[in-house]
Amino acid sequence: MPVKPVLTKDFATENLEQLKVYERAAGYTGFKKALEMQPDELVELVKKSGLRGRGGAGFPTGNKWSFLPKGVYPRYLVCNADESEPGCFKDRYLIEKSPHQVLEGILIASYAIGSNLAFIYIRGEYLPQHDALETAIAEARQAGYIGKNILGKGYDIDVILHRGAGAYICGEETALLTSLEGYRGEPRLKPPFPAIKGLYGKPTIMNNVETVCNLPHIVNNGADWFAAMGTPTGKGTRVWCLSGHVNQPGNYELENGTPIRELIEEHGGGVWKNRKLKAFQPGGASMMVLLPEHLDVGLDFDAIQKAGSLAGAGAMVVMDETTCMVDAARRYVKFFSHESCGKCTPCREGTFWMANLFDRFEAGDAKPGDIDLLLDIGYSIDGRSFCPLGDASTWFPRSVIKFFRDEFQQHISEKGCPFKKPVEEAVA
Amino acid sequence: MPLAKSTVEHIRDLAARYPSKQSAIIPALWAVQHEQGYVTKEAMAEIAEHLGLPSSLIEATSSFYSMFLTKPEGRHDVVICVNAPCMLRGADEMAVYLQRALGVRDGQTTSDGAITWHSTIECLGACGGAPMMQVDHRFEENLTEERIDTIIERLRQPVAAGDGADVPAAEPPKRKTAPKRVRTEN
Repeated sequence: MPVKPVLTKDFATENLEQLKVYERAAGYTGFKKALEMQPDELVELVKKSGLRGRGGAGFPTGNKWSFLPKGVYPRYLVCNADESEPGCFKDRYLIEKSPHQVLEGILIASYAIGSNLAFIYIRGEYLPQHDALETAIAEARQAGYIGKNILGKGYDIDVILHRGAGAYICGEETALLTSLEGYRGEPRLKPPFPAIKGLYGKPTIMNNVETVCNLPHIVNNGADWFAAMGTPTGKGTRVWCLSGHVNQPGNYELENGTPIRELIEEHGGGVWKNRKLKAFQPGGASMMVLLPEHLDVGLDFDAIQKAGSLAGAGAMVVMDETTCMVDAARRYVKFFSHESCGKCTPCREGTFWMANLFDRFEAGDAKPGDIDLLLDIGYSIDGRSFCPLGDASTWFPRSVIKFFRDEFQQHISEKGCPFKKPVEEAVA
Repeated sequence: MPLAKSTVEHIRDLAARYPSKQSAIIPALWAVQHEQGYVTKEAMAEIAEHLGLPSSLIEATSSFYSMFLTKPEGRHDVVICVNAPCMLRGADEMAVYLQRALGVRDGQTTSDGAITWHSTIECLGACGGAPMMQVDHRFEENLTEERIDTIIERLRQPVAAGDGADVPAAEPPKRKTAPKRVRTEN
């Protein structure tokens, strides 16, 4: 029997963004229950639940929390709401629909790790969502969930909402911290990891919006309840952002391990315009392409990795038979080139040259050696960049060359895009 | 142009809010852009003064982030996403239509000063409603040529007399949406 949604179960409730309505839907009972527990018990509970970070890397949340050095204070919790992965639009949805669920998760995480100050870093483009969170924080402060001596338990917590200003790189945790400190959002060397030396040089835990949304439910229902859902290594549910060539794009919360086919065909209503599926990308712009033969792979970090891609941020981009894979890769490469922070040479120069080459393919100026040149540039970036942005910029284009090399050849032999006229100047 | 008193007070409050006053730089830049529509060198020097930091630091930070404007734009800004998920659902065609409808190129402002538009490769996070564009911080999703026409018509409404130059008559005042100034030169 399919598992019921967890994070989105009350999303049909009207005015759920209001504190009173959220409380009627059992809101903040998780935080109250958490305050009755010892912080260490909470860390153990989350470890036992098997919750893995939903931001992309899938690192076990409880383990991350336990990396904090003992006795070093202050320490901070930072909620990463800098959602910018192309294909990903669920943080926006989760915040918009239920900002208090996000906030409750943040409060539980803060208490568990012993932080008295939490930050939410939200991308600059999400202004209405920023405002929703701001209102929620004010309501929670008024109700005594944020402030001094919360519910008489002697715990103090404050939450600062911080708005970014348009930089994809700031979703990378160390770049986010640099940005939060007021600098240009460039990544830092790891180690030391943020848990040891993070924001302002203090121990810091960073959790994604979707990750913290799981916490109230885990506290309320227990680790075993959570661990009963999903796969042996991917517990619980995940919100999948479905976009591209499907009939019903949108956010769908499904149990981990649900076949990709179910997401695309049942929830998404199948490929649009009665066309055939050509390829899909299971983790957003960065992730390698998969083919129709992979439709029965489960929506799960490990299963998708085994199939040759990564679940990443949980964004499923579907491409039908009319898609020019070269142009799709070109968009992503241009995106990475635009968003490269410029700190390290392989990424800054590499993404620039990959973008130039892709433009050549679309314009019909590519030469026979250019496919291998692309692979060569990709090889020079991946594993040689300072942070994952550079590495990830090469994964999709290289996987497209692997599976659709003939389309690149066609662009060369036909001196242009066989799928459509060259893109008009207005664009990109 | 010196910053308004309320902006200065806000910047000082921000500095006290964070464990490090430097963290107030980005919020302070937002406050300036909110008041003046864009961020000038002079304004950054003022931020520096109020935060007690070198102005080079404010400029270094500001220039990294694409959302801080350095020059005045139209009263409304329209940003259309052309990244892959939007491209798959016809964003290119919509961008071309938008350009024709507005009669100015990517990055330019219409002659009546109403709209500055540009295409962006930075995903705006609305792939489920692609093709989409952002109109003054609000997402307009599932675009069609007809919808673009309607939106443009709304944005082109002239500023009502005595309504102040900042808020277009057709739009209710929106909190924290950067007030845009009428472009004086082309």
